[in-house]
Amino acid sequence: MADARQAAEGVARASYGRLVALLSARTRDIAAAEDALAEAFRAALETWSVRGVPERPEAWLLIAARRAFGHTLRHRAVRDAAAATLSLLEAETHGEASPVFPDERLKLLFVCAHPAIDGAARTPLMLQTVLGLDAGRIAAAFVTAPATMAQRLVRAKAKIRDAGIRFEEPDADALPARLASVLSAIYAAYGTGWDEGLGTGLTGEAIFLGRLLVALQPDAPEARGLLALMLHCEARAQARRGPDGAYVRLAEQDTRLWSPELIAEAEGHLIVAARRATFGRFQTEAAIQSVHAQRAVTGTTDLRALCTLYDLLAEHAPTIGVLVSRAAIHGEASGPEIGLALLDALDSDRVASYQSFWAVRAHLLRAAGRRAEAAPALDRAIGLSDDPAVRAYLARQR
Amino acid sequence: MQYMLIYKETDAQFAEREDPEKAGPYWGAWTAYIGAIAQAGVMVSGNGLQGPHAATTIRVRDGRREVQDGPYADAKEQLGGYVIVEAPDLDAALEWAARAPSAAYASVEVRPVLPPPAP
Repeated sequence: MADARQAAEGVARASYGRLVALLSARTRDIAAAEDALAEAFRAALETWSVRGVPERPEAWLLIAARRAFGHTLRHRAVRDAAAATLSLLEAETHGEASPVFPDERLKLLFVCAHPAIDGAARTPLMLQTVLGLDAGRIAAAFVTAPATMAQRLVRAKAKIRDAGIRFEEPDADALPARLASVLSAIYAAYGTGWDEGLGTGLTGEAIFLGRLLVALQPDAPEARGLLALMLHCEARAQARRGPDGAYVRLAEQDTRLWSPELIAEAEGHLIVAARRATFGRFQTEAAIQSVHAQRAVTGTTDLRALCTLYDLLAEHAPTIGVLVSRAAIHGEASGPEIGLALLDALDSDRVASYQSFWAVRAHLLRAAGRRAEAAPALDRAIGLSDDPAVRAYLARQR
Repeated sequence: MQYMLIYKETDAQFAEREDPEKAGPYWGAWTAYIGAIAQAGVMVSGNGLQGPHAATTIRVRDGRREVQDGPYADAKEQLGGYVIVEAPDLDAALEWAARAPSAAYASVEVRPVLPPPAP
């Protein structure tokens, strides 16, 4: 029984997304696919504990799930029920003869991040359908009530089923926008881990999705850019907090705590992406992290290179975060007054409640010797922090 | 699948319909658009509607009819017409919706038509 459970759990982890994608691609009914899969896992536990684990457990589960799926659909009064069942049964008969089944996960990723899906549901939907995460875990990572998250997921699945969102890879002209939406959804999953520190976040899950996307879309430079960015950040996970849990700034991190394996993987993807020679937000952000990573080898940070990359990013993707980081780097490279001038040029409404703006401003004012002005900026940065470790770090500068 | 494309118009556009100088271009754009749907062979049915000034709303409560002048909801955008198209999926329906003149200044809602009940 323990063996059967272990085998079932092993297959579940490895192939949950593949099975959901395969089962829902034809019917567009993700919820029914998940139900069928749950049923198949139940059957697997029973059967495998008696007869042993089959030679190809994934194929066994697929056939069991298809049977359960057909059964559910027959009991539902949906219009395509008959047709869907027929096509599933047909697939099953052929499926047994030809054991290689297609990987439909890319289609599933595109469906989850479709612009017709509620923006707040896209990342959770991806995490649930591709990785099999339960709504409670996703809700915790997004600081949402589990019931709210569950409802959001149910609504999104109903929309996919009823609105006729196609399980297809988008056409060439729609691809860049649709891919951007998949990338943002994956990056949002990574962001939950970043803000929450270590523990509740989904950084590992996001990197899994990033690797999957690169495997499925090897020619998309931005997919590699995003993966490289996440890997570079992840490489420093151990160095971001001191032994007492206190926040450690990137410039002060002990590079011996950085993971050389993850950095090497990140660099590899950036090199492949750069062969396409097209601008991309994620590639540029990854390149910035790559410059920082070189400190582990050279002992110094190439501030000029960072200035150039931030200028490029500011030109193509001028988010408030990019503009503030750019001011910080220029202040570091060319003197605090230069950085302060760049900060002053930003729209005051956009920065009023943006924590990084006030933290960078306080830092540059102090560096410029303008201590009297630095104090209120620092207080504002502390007041706007939502991370206790960052708050404590800033409070120590007082 | 069949989708209803529900075209919303603003007061300004309803006014254009009556304006001798603007009515020509207004109807010209719509005629060209609807013509393109028809020529693509995806039109199931459709109609333009008179403006909200001509709308009457009725509710029956406790057996009594409450008749009210005007549309069901007072909103900036009002129903101006609809078309039902045959489209393979939502993206194809959205393509047609995006081409509507009103998509550029008001909005188009896209809804799948409820399939007939299973026998």
